[in-house]
Amino acid sequence: MSHLMESVRNGLWRQNPGLAQILGLCPILAISTNMVNAVSLGLATVMAMAVSNLVISGLRRWIAYEIRIPVFILIIAALVTVLDLAFNAFFHSLYLVLGIFIPLITTNCIVLARAEAYAAKNGVLESTLDGIAMGLGLVWVLALLGALRELIGNGTLFSGIDMVIPGLSPISVLGDAYPGFLLASLPPGAFFILGGLIAGYNAINARRAARP
Amino acid sequence: MTSPHIRLPASVQRNMLTVLAALVPGIAAYVWQVGAGILVNIVIASVTALAAEALVLRLRGRPLWMTLSDGSALVTAWIIALILPPIVPWWLTATAVLVAIVGAKHLYGGIGQNPFNPAMAAYCAMIVAYPALMSQWPTVGNVDFMEQLHLILGGSRNIDAITGATALDAMRTGLREHTVSAILESHTFGFAGGRGWEWIAAGYLVGGLFLLARRIITWHLPLGFIAGLGLTAGIFWLVAPDRFPSPLFHLASGGAMIAAFFIVTDPVTSASTPLGKFIFAAGAGIIAWFVRTFGMYPDGIAFAVLLMNIGVPLINQATQPAIFGQHKEPRP
Repeated sequence: MSHLMESVRNGLWRQNPGLAQILGLCPILAISTNMVNAVSLGLATVMAMAVSNLVISGLRRWIAYEIRIPVFILIIAALVTVLDLAFNAFFHSLYLVLGIFIPLITTNCIVLARAEAYAAKNGVLESTLDGIAMGLGLVWVLALLGALRELIGNGTLFSGIDMVIPGLSPISVLGDAYPGFLLASLPPGAFFILGGLIAGYNAINARRAARP
Repeated sequence: MTSPHIRLPASVQRNMLTVLAALVPGIAAYVWQVGAGILVNIVIASVTALAAEALVLRLRGRPLWMTLSDGSALVTAWIIALILPPIVPWWLTATAVLVAIVGAKHLYGGIGQNPFNPAMAAYCAMIVAYPALMSQWPTVGNVDFMEQLHLILGGSRNIDAITGATALDAMRTGLREHTVSAILESHTFGFAGGRGWEWIAAGYLVGGLFLLARRIITWHLPLGFIAGLGLTAGIFWLVAPDRFPSPLFHLASGGAMIAAFFIVTDPVTSASTPLGKFIFAAGAGIIAWFVRTFGMYPDGIAFAVLLMNIGVPLINQATQPAIFGQHKEPRP
């Protein structure tokens, strides 16, 4: 069981895709303008990673080594197409907001990276857990980044929540008089705030390492 | 004393205080033309800068007094106050200074380490974050001090009566339908640039010449910027005088003069070799003309300077002068 725990710890903290591996920046920059978008796309990525790791790990003995990458991509693309159709059917307004970024999960390098680095070499159970843990690691970074960008840029949290859970409304944290800091909502803001998060992550790790 | 002796030991503090003194003619012209509100903005910017500098130095465990008293934070603060519109609310000025001191200066390692001009980084952050507030410039002689103070302290902004298009804005939008000479007949324009604002530019020019005379700056940077902006404007103006305003208009409008003498001359973020300084400043001038002419922002100088800041390491490397007595040899 301990290696399963290790997998979870790697995904959520030690090899966190957003903060340590810095993989999958495309959705991080593009879609983290608010928390709801960020978490929605993050959860879609978790599903894609979990199922693709499961399938690839199950098929790993029958995939010819030389052409493994195209085969992985085909499998991932098929799964993401299913996700894309499901979003369109069940969360149509959210689907319109996320747009091209759902199909683009196919090319998100964190998905392929986990297939190649982990699922192609490990058992089905471990690989599925790895996909979920790595995906959730991305989700919490996306959630934090989205929340900070939304809060600084707009003064609100959970805007667009009604697209996922009808009936709920966003909360205005800093009040209507807050003038907004548009830079945080624009792409450079994503870079600056992600940079700040990575600095904080490194500082926490350094402090832990220094402790006897 | 005879010639080989250096009489005045140059120090960061002495240089920075001279720069502050050289800004005085420009500030005086500003007060005369636009009103005393600019002094309030300078005070807000200075207090924020010193507080932010002290706080970050403390956080970084650096000695406080040496850096705090060198005046570099004050120079950044004054320049920011002078390039922002004079009626922005106080929190915008304070935020701009925080971006400059904490973000552009100290996150990169403090004075001497920052690759980007702090004042220009702050201006860009503000123009991207608050495009509306950053575009509200008062027309000259139209705002009294109490009204200005009211706006700076964050009072309700009923500003249509007191603001107007700046010279650069009026030119850019006017060119869609009219020729340059027809546009220049409007009341917005004076003898060279924006009515009234041209005197402020002249004030910066006087202060800049004082800095040149005191040898705080060398001619390469200001002349490079003026040549880059002026020659580019001149070429297009000669080809199509109806579609492109003259070099004089470009040099007297917007932030061209404060940029030439006080912004591109920042000793930390500009190139360090004589030829490199000229290339750096000329490049900034050329890019500024293109952003002004084809962009949509009120002025293009801040973006131009930041873009050239990126190129500074390359420029320095490519323009190393030969060591005295040595022939410059091709690299192996």
